[in-house]
Amino acid sequence: MYPIISLSVTGLLTLFLGFSENKKIVFPASIAFLLIALATAFIDWNAPGFYFNDMLQVNNTSIVFWAILIISAILIMGFSEGFERFEFAQPAEYFAIVQFSLVGAIMMVSFKNLIMLFLGIEILSVAMYVLTGADKRNIRGNEAALKYFLMGAFATGILLFGMAMFYGATGTFNIGSGVFIGGDNSFFLWIGCTFMLIGMLFKVAAAPFHLWTPDVYEGAPTIFTAYMSTIVKTAGFVALFKVLSTTFSGLQDFWWIMIAVLVTLSLMIGNIGAVSQNSFKRLMAYSSISHAGFMLLALLGDHENALGSIMFYSVVYTLATISAFGVLMVVSKERIEKGRVYEQNDLFKGLAQNNGFLATVLIIAMLSLAGIPLTGGFWGKFFVFRDAASSGLFWVIIMAVLMSAIAIYYYFKPVLLSMSKKTSLESITINPLAKFIFAITTFGTIVLGIFPWILRSLF
Amino acid sequence: MLIHLIILIPLAGALISLLAGKNNQSLSKNIALLGSLISLVVFIYAAIQHQAGNTELLSLNKPWLPEMNLALKFSVDGISLLLIALSQVLIPLIILSTSKIEYHKSHLLYALILVTQSALVGVFSAKDIFLFYFFFEAALVPAYFIALNWGNKESSKASFKMFIYTIFGSLIMLVALVFLYSKGQTADMDALISTAEFMPSGVQRALFWAFLLAFAIKMPLFPMHTWQPDAYTTSPTPATMLLSGLLSKMGVYGLIRIALPLSPWAAEHYSVIVIGMAVIGLIYGSIIAIKQDSIKRLIAYSSFAHMGLMAAGVFSGNIEGLQGAVFQMLAHGVNAVGLFFVAKIIFERTGSRSLSSLGGLNKTAPALSIFFMIILLGSVALPLTNGFVGEFLMLKGLFEKHQLLGIIAGLSIILGAVYMLRLFQKTMFGESNELTESVEDVSGIEKLTLAIISGLVILMGVFPNVLLKVSEPASEALLNLLAKI
Repeated sequence: MYPIISLSVTGLLTLFLGFSENKKIVFPASIAFLLIALATAFIDWNAPGFYFNDMLQVNNTSIVFWAILIISAILIMGFSEGFERFEFAQPAEYFAIVQFSLVGAIMMVSFKNLIMLFLGIEILSVAMYVLTGADKRNIRGNEAALKYFLMGAFATGILLFGMAMFYGATGTFNIGSGVFIGGDNSFFLWIGCTFMLIGMLFKVAAAPFHLWTPDVYEGAPTIFTAYMSTIVKTAGFVALFKVLSTTFSGLQDFWWIMIAVLVTLSLMIGNIGAVSQNSFKRLMAYSSISHAGFMLLALLGDHENALGSIMFYSVVYTLATISAFGVLMVVSKERIEKGRVYEQNDLFKGLAQNNGFLATVLIIAMLSLAGIPLTGGFWGKFFVFRDAASSGLFWVIIMAVLMSAIAIYYYFKPVLLSMSKKTSLESITINPLAKFIFAITTFGTIVLGIFPWILRSLF
Repeated sequence: MLIHLIILIPLAGALISLLAGKNNQSLSKNIALLGSLISLVVFIYAAIQHQAGNTELLSLNKPWLPEMNLALKFSVDGISLLLIALSQVLIPLIILSTSKIEYHKSHLLYALILVTQSALVGVFSAKDIFLFYFFFEAALVPAYFIALNWGNKESSKASFKMFIYTIFGSLIMLVALVFLYSKGQTADMDALISTAEFMPSGVQRALFWAFLLAFAIKMPLFPMHTWQPDAYTTSPTPATMLLSGLLSKMGVYGLIRIALPLSPWAAEHYSVIVIGMAVIGLIYGSIIAIKQDSIKRLIAYSSFAHMGLMAAGVFSGNIEGLQGAVFQMLAHGVNAVGLFFVAKIIFERTGSRSLSSLGGLNKTAPALSIFFMIILLGSVALPLTNGFVGEFLMLKGLFEKHQLLGIIAGLSIILGAVYMLRLFQKTMFGESNELTESVEDVSGIEKLTLAIISGLVILMGVFPNVLLKVSEPASEALLNLLAKI
């Protein structure tokens, strides 16, 4: 609850900081504001309760997710260098929007009422539409923002329609004990359930609602691509879990086949689509679709473990994604072609010769995304497989395993390129803050790969 | 409680070598060597105690993910003990064998070799199926990166093929393990054996083929071997030694430890088919080896043939076959490392791996040719060398199981002699040419390494009982378990 207030206030403050003469102050101030929000999150630790007329539920689980979201935001914003490199940049606006978007994400992980869920999704989405187009003079960015906005607005409409149907069928917006099919309302309940799921699955980029993903990921400035693929995904999956495990738990017979089919589709489209991508950001976009498929697997199992698996998966995915996009940001600014940073896979050619540190970070991130043991990604996959196994869905697991084997092929493309002997790069400068963030994400990936219980034992 | 020390000492060595040995090959090499030797000494102490009845020393049982019933459970029996011994002995030898050439970023190379060592000890001692899987995969990653970073363009292609193949097999095995785990609600190998016993035959068939796929790719077994010759030939020698000497043994070990006990009915049911595959591979590998011109490729195919015989031994289902396979794992590990080392020495001095361009090395390098002869005879399975004991036992076991296949497999000894002696004749004998005229003989560390390997070849051949006795109780226990079903 407190971080919502804190972030709203500091977001406004950040906007006003933009008027100050010294633009350099905005970056450290924003990081400090985020840290304050992180600190206020823990005020409610061990003091579970409800807020805003019981529309928000706060407990230790939600606080853990708040912390994950805010820490991810801090790590990603650390790469911004105050957006000094952006032409026509408005750093104060970006930082303010980031803080506002976190308010939305926090609402998504702690809602008790569907109105709050809708508000959260909208606050986060509108912020993301704006940030996607943050680089105003970039035509690709504008196109991406418009695409994202049009499709997102449509998905929001579907979500809202679903909620209305759900309200019509049950007479309440509160999520809580399960609802059951039966009586005259069942038709509206089905429609409500289906449409709400579609609206939310759009946000987490699960196939077949993924069509925006590659273009938006590619068009958006890399830092906001990283933001989108981590924060939105984490918050979106927690929201999905909350809806499916409470209100819709009685409808499991209805939605499990839908989710199972979506898992299969997401894995196939994500992994097969990624194979032929030359652009690193598009590759990561397809990989993001496939990871949505893996995380959906957890929802198929019993609900006791699913949240822990989703939490673990989103943390390892976030760490690896921040590393990967971070390396892309650091390296791509060294190579400008036609006034734009170069973001194809072969940017990484010879990175190991040039800068062993960055290559190591990239390789460990890719190993983690591919789910190789010794990295956290392995346990992320293991946990969701185990969850799906508990419901006996072995055909989905075999599918997922085959797709993991394909995934190794494309995740190793950047790895192999970075180990190549020839290099087109000149010396790369990394600022100390970026180095520090890389150290955290890489070390975190390895530590979670060897001692997974550090996170798993949280709940 | 020393097993975790044996795993952690190489890791610590890797870390120190990585941090302290930067840009200093001899320092990083010495640190790595020291690390692996300390680990070896601790292991020898623990192994002696273990044989004296103090089995506590080499076992550990700590919760890992308690709410999921996963444990850090290690314990060893005779088979595990011998294989850990193999990895502990071979890793220092592999490190010694790198002394002549300059490797760029050598500290990283030695760190990766030591990480492989840790993972191997983990594989050979893990008693939790997911712990086993974890180490099984983890052993591959450093070996792959050695091949990638210190190889050429060809080797990066070949090793990538190997990586995808083996990971694919392992992932299929992971599904089978997750299935067993979800049925048995435990990840403990010993406890799962009783779960597996009562699995319906259809399920056991699926489990068996999933396990076999993973291990057959790792070994490799015909027809899953296509990654192997390229990977062995093009990889830098330390990676080839790791792959052929140690990582391939994980496949055979997996058959013994996972495939046989966890799908017992199907393992018995399909044993003749697997032996058939193995014997095809054995003959096929041997015949191809005869025609090879590249030394490394010849040894690679010979290695493939030997692995086939080991699989046949494991599936023969009697004590001779199983014991022979265990012994041959050790012998082949030593011999493969020795042969690849000799190939490396020849290549370093002459710049050629082609049999047609070599010859006459025995005049300029007599010591090398003597060591080569000893290791080669071990590989040919001459009596009083280490290769003989294992092959003899396996063939005897195979005869008891299936006479025809036994006879065909027996041909491989003749074929083995043909390609190995051809290798020796084409390199060591004949006229010297401009490549081989001015070759200097082995000396110093190279000589020491070769002497240790040759010594092992002869000692293991003369006193095989020392080792066979260690693994006998474990082999008998496994066969008793299978006989019950």
